[in-house]
Amino acid sequence: MVEDTDMQEEIHAEDTLEQVAARMAAARLHQRIEASEIMANLDIDSRAAQLGIDWSQVNLDSIHLPPGENFGIESDDEGVYHDDQLEFDTGFGNIIVVDNLPVVEKTKFAKLENVLKKIYNQLGVIKENGLWMPVDLDTGVTLGYCFIEFNTPQEAQNAKEKTHGYKLDKSHIFAVNMFDDFDRLMNVKEEWEAPQTKPYVPGENLQKWLTDEKARDQLVIRSGPDTEVLWNDPRQKNTEPVHKRPYWTESYVQWSPLGTYLVTLHKQGAAVWGGADTFTRLMRYQHNMVKLVDFSPGEKYLVTYHSQEPSNPRDASKVEIKVFDVRTGRMMRDFKGSADEFSIGGPGGVAGASWPVFRWGGGKDDKYFAKLSKNTISVYETETFGLIDKKSMKVDNVVDMCWSPTDSIISLFVPEQGGGNQPAKVALVQIPSKVELRQKNLFSVNDCKMYWQSSGEYLAVKVDRYTKTKKSTYSGFELFRIKERDIPIEVLELDNKNDKIIAFAWEPKGHRFAVIHGDQPRPDVSFYTMKTTQHGGRVTKLGTLKAKQANALFWSPTGKYIILAGLKNFNGQLEFFNVDEMETMATTEHFMATDIEWDPTGRYVATAVTSVHEMENGFTVWSFNGKLLYRVLKDHFFQLAWRPRPPSFLSPEKEEEIAKNLKKYSKKYELEDQDVSLLLSEQDREKRRALKEEWERWVMQWKSLHEEEKLERQNLRDGEISDEEEDDEEAREVKEVEFEDVIDVTEEIVQE
Amino acid sequence: MRPILMKGHERPLTFLRYNRDGDMLFSCAKDHTPTLWYADNGERHGTYRGHNGAVWCCDVSRDSSRLITGSADQTAKLWDVKTGTQLFSFKFSSPARSVDFAVGDKLAVITTDPFMERTSAIHVKRIAEDPQDQDGDSVLVLENPEGRKRINRAVWGPLNQTIVSGGEDAVLRIWDAETGKLLKETDKEVGHKQTITSLCKSADDSHFLTGSLDKTAKLWDMRTLTLIKTYTSGVPVNAVSMSPLLDHVVIGGGQDASAVTTTDHRAGNFEAKFYDKILQEEIGGVKGHFGPINALAFNPDGRSFSSGGEDGYVRLHHFDSDYFSIKI
Repeated sequence: MVEDTDMQEEIHAEDTLEQVAARMAAARLHQRIEASEIMANLDIDSRAAQLGIDWSQVNLDSIHLPPGENFGIESDDEGVYHDDQLEFDTGFGNIIVVDNLPVVEKTKFAKLENVLKKIYNQLGVIKENGLWMPVDLDTGVTLGYCFIEFNTPQEAQNAKEKTHGYKLDKSHIFAVNMFDDFDRLMNVKEEWEAPQTKPYVPGENLQKWLTDEKARDQLVIRSGPDTEVLWNDPRQKNTEPVHKRPYWTESYVQWSPLGTYLVTLHKQGAAVWGGADTFTRLMRYQHNMVKLVDFSPGEKYLVTYHSQEPSNPRDASKVEIKVFDVRTGRMMRDFKGSADEFSIGGPGGVAGASWPVFRWGGGKDDKYFAKLSKNTISVYETETFGLIDKKSMKVDNVVDMCWSPTDSIISLFVPEQGGGNQPAKVALVQIPSKVELRQKNLFSVNDCKMYWQSSGEYLAVKVDRYTKTKKSTYSGFELFRIKERDIPIEVLELDNKNDKIIAFAWEPKGHRFAVIHGDQPRPDVSFYTMKTTQHGGRVTKLGTLKAKQANALFWSPTGKYIILAGLKNFNGQLEFFNVDEMETMATTEHFMATDIEWDPTGRYVATAVTSVHEMENGFTVWSFNGKLLYRVLKDHFFQLAWRPRPPSFLSPEKEEEIAKNLKKYSKKYELEDQDVSLLLSEQDREKRRALKEEWERWVMQWKSLHEEEKLERQNLRDGEISDEEEDDEEAREVKEVEFEDVIDVTEEIVQE
Repeated sequence: MRPILMKGHERPLTFLRYNRDGDMLFSCAKDHTPTLWYADNGERHGTYRGHNGAVWCCDVSRDSSRLITGSADQTAKLWDVKTGTQLFSFKFSSPARSVDFAVGDKLAVITTDPFMERTSAIHVKRIAEDPQDQDGDSVLVLENPEGRKRINRAVWGPLNQTIVSGGEDAVLRIWDAETGKLLKETDKEVGHKQTITSLCKSADDSHFLTGSLDKTAKLWDMRTLTLIKTYTSGVPVNAVSMSPLLDHVVIGGGQDASAVTTTDHRAGNFEAKFYDKILQEEIGGVKGHFGPINALAFNPDGRSFSSGGEDGYVRLHHFDSDYFSIKI
């Protein structure tokens, strides 16, 4: 420790800062000028010579552009001003400036240097000759600050954080800054200026796509380098492009839950796009090397995730998560730490946390989000972005947790403890009160999976229990009725208890669910309902379909219809099923299909073959009842996503009324359909005619050339008459016979 | 249309060719013996023994007296069609990939692969009327600018004035057959994006069809090298052919042979697909092969066609009468 108090002098922090800043500004300016000079000099010189201007005589500073004039040189990026700090990387990011050091004479210089090295070597590797403590040239007395250069910017950042405010002794409290920050800090104006209020610019109508006259839906696809937004136009049996950009995103794209925004991922962070006519960038969120994003259900907040593989494989990877306000772009909270803190540390948790780390609850208000980690559930509220009651919930050994989609209720599962002495538990917890609404103890349980129905009325818990021998498991369901008094629980077991459960799905907004159970390759599909007229509030089986080639269930978003799909091993078998009537509407196949997505209105389904397969990449659009509408083939097809729609504003009564008077409403659309199909066939015929004509022209040309060359050809064949012309005529004759076309048949009733 | 399955080859088929009268069908395969079949009933007529390597290509003279074959044994051989005797052997120092008789059958174009230090080349040979006078001298040798890339097909243009070639570099080239000058080549914009695997001329030498691994087939004007049509298939194209009778083209291919065993047999798409030549729309397909289709040929009368596959079979299809009344 440096104890010599006699060395202390008054430290003029302002002085030293100024000096540093001056040095730094000079260095930076020099850099910039050099760079721009090299690039622009050639251009400017030649242009100046043309105009007869002696360049060396011109004083650049005396030239002023008229205000508001940019000489037609427009910035192609409205965001360029915010970017400056990003783009000019000075390369000094690994240097820190330590201020408020004791001022020492030459004799003590080495001692102070050693002390500093000792402190900072613990925090990172100082580069060789990386510590520089300037001295007054005349007296040899130090100036009370030093520069330290580390190997990496991360180390520098760390050193800054750790030693800022470090007390060397009473009057020497370190003030540590990044070298790069000095410019910014020095440019703070002496006097405070009231921030200017920007004039209000009316934003674009972000919901314009919903007002499409033909009531079409949009979808986004990624194939090769391109990302495209398209209208699904089933009438034209094709798509209509909306917006296309190569390299729009660096990994994938995602719609916000209500469809307002499209988010793209880049090296520097995430960006959201939207707008009335084309897609313009609405906001950017800086997060280097962002890997995953997630929206809150009401799309108020965007969560971005980045994880870094540790250099030492034994360490956990580093995770950084940021929560942004979507509209303002402000970062509301960031979370940093090792992956362990963001997962329950299961066996698979090596690469990072399981996504989404934060699960949003409380319906569309985006009020709460929760994180599951070892023995705790942390629930945050968005008002303060802090923990509720400033405490996480302690739940020993909790392994899974789910929000109700509409209410602020969490369901959680705790497995068996102590070799079965302590039973497994499923509990419902109210937020923010943290009151346990209902819990159920379960015995000899292997695993549980929780499925919420989309309007939060029911919760199904699939329970895998051990058989008596503990050698195998069988499955059953515990069904919670959330909206009824005291939350009654029902137990459901399949007819054949030993059936394996392959898939489970609730009918959206409905009271039915479908289960695929039994043995591969031909499992059964059963449908159950939570309410029937006869049984009141009892779960009842509606029916079972035997031996189906299916391993996945896709309910229409409006319910009633379901696709039983055989993906992967089943090569894309599709069965369109009507659950109201319990009948199959269509069985078809999209060979090798990997993905199935209903459009948000439940009118159309897209099935896709993505680039996991080499061939026949692309997607197919079907009507809800399994009629093939059109196919689009795209090589290197990666992703397809329908643009979601916000929930309807119509009241249930109004919807019912429309359903009742459907005939009245549908007339208009039927007429439109007819018009379109007429127009289409007209266009089609026109196109074909043009193609035929063009072809005829080619053929004519070829024929005349062929005729001209006839003699020469004969010569080449030693005078043998080439008889190909005959063949040609023969071919023509055959064709002419075939062209008989019934264009239209009209029946007229002649009145007598 | 029940196809006739012709099983005579032990290895994948490489090429099929009808004679001008449409009564004979010549097949080449990776086994060493080109085979002659009756084009009507698929009966085997005979084989041409003498090659010591895969036979890649063949052509038959207008009067059906001479057959020329190109083989991986670094020779191209002339045969007497009737007796099956070998008349002459052109020796090269790398495999011969493609052969084509000129109009009048007095010249033949033969392409050779890049091999060791050899670059790919196109050779023009004079074919003597009397096999006794035949020599192996080249009239002209054309060097491909992309010498390390294979030339998969070279054929004569109208009146033997030009030679059209295409291969692994995905570029189609037209050469002057007299001087050897490069006259035209396709650019990246309109041309194929990947290896050109096959090339088929129209009967009157006015246009030709090319197939490529980029999953398309394209129709070109033979004199100007103008792109006229593009036919998109979902799978790599190995073979193409044009109906001499109707405005139909047929395209065959399928998943790469090395990936066949790893997926479902339907995934390969080993279908001969028919397209409307003018509207570029798919009309239908003929299934049956259980390996990629490597060769396709239309009978000159347009009433039957045959396909040869990686599976070693030649399938001979006589069209039903309703084929001739297809309307789209």
